[in-house]
Amino acid sequence: MSNGQSHAEHYPGPLHSPPVKSGEVRKPHLPHAHHPKLQHHFDDMGQQLEASTLGMWVFLVTEIMFFGGLFMAYLVYRWANPAGFQEASAHLNKFWGAVNTVVLIVSSLTMAMAVRSAQTSAAPKTQVGWLVATMVFGTVFLGVKVVEYTDKFTHHLVPGPYFQWPGEYPAAAEMFYSLYFAMTGLHALHMIIGLGLMTVIAVMAWRGKFDAAYYTPVEVSGLYWHFVDIVWIFLFPLLYLIGAHYGAGH
Amino acid sequence: MSGHIPSPKVYVAVFAALIAGTVLTYLAALVDFGFFNNVVMLAIAVTKMLLVMLFFMGLRWSTRLTWVVAASGFVFLLIMFTITMSDYLTRGWVPGTLK
Repeated sequence: MSNGQSHAEHYPGPLHSPPVKSGEVRKPHLPHAHHPKLQHHFDDMGQQLEASTLGMWVFLVTEIMFFGGLFMAYLVYRWANPAGFQEASAHLNKFWGAVNTVVLIVSSLTMAMAVRSAQTSAAPKTQVGWLVATMVFGTVFLGVKVVEYTDKFTHHLVPGPYFQWPGEYPAAAEMFYSLYFAMTGLHALHMIIGLGLMTVIAVMAWRGKFDAAYYTPVEVSGLYWHFVDIVWIFLFPLLYLIGAHYGAGH
Repeated sequence: MSGHIPSPKVYVAVFAALIAGTVLTYLAALVDFGFFNNVVMLAIAVTKMLLVMLFFMGLRWSTRLTWVVAASGFVFLLIMFTITMSDYLTRGWVPGTLK
């Protein structure tokens, strides 16, 4: 203010209140005349939910790129060693892979129902029930993964100095198993984080925090859970099934 | 997913379609279609992904802005795949360059 006028004359008022029109009588802002979960920088609950959901989608886009790097590596190395990748894939257990795919799809269904139960203001018990069901299926998935990983360790299929490959393409097979552990490992890490999220959400649901007016945390965690399911939808055929018809002797 | 709450029937129908897709992709993999095994498995996987995104993730009832953000992830993914593979696939085309 180089001309010496005071700040007060120029201060237009708080950003969220438009200038007072002549003759307008402004009602005083009543503290907590709105939903207690509505933060002051949002107009209403709908806008708040919209902003949170959009923010989660932006995060999921970064997750797509995160996993995308590994899919890119898979594409390049499989393009370079198509037969070696098929031979290596034939040693994965298709049955366990398929079981885990079904388990994750079931968990996505229970997750969708968990979000729905919050949206419809169902009793906290119902909300927690769906969330716990989701966690149970998530844990079953990780349990199957433990069985599979154990099998890979005992059969010397973990890349490194003890890797042994009886087939025709040991180098390509080692690369395949490197990608197998990197991709399923990163996916499993996401599952573990998801289980942590679900624990927090289930406790909040148990305390009756969610109803039709406010269910953003359930919604946003659900988006994350479904994303992790989608990653597996691609990992299952690309890792387990490409060698299903490879060589009669395998 | 602002506002719209689908009936459980919708979710169960999507679930059934996802299970059917899983069975189909498993059976298709047992048959040797050569290169087309990849086309079949990816077509099924993309269909399953779209079902999860549209219904379980509620994209079907979301704003256009959410659609654009969700689509942008795949646009960037395709750019990465296209540019990287345009390098690997064309190596050695010009005589005297590295294969």
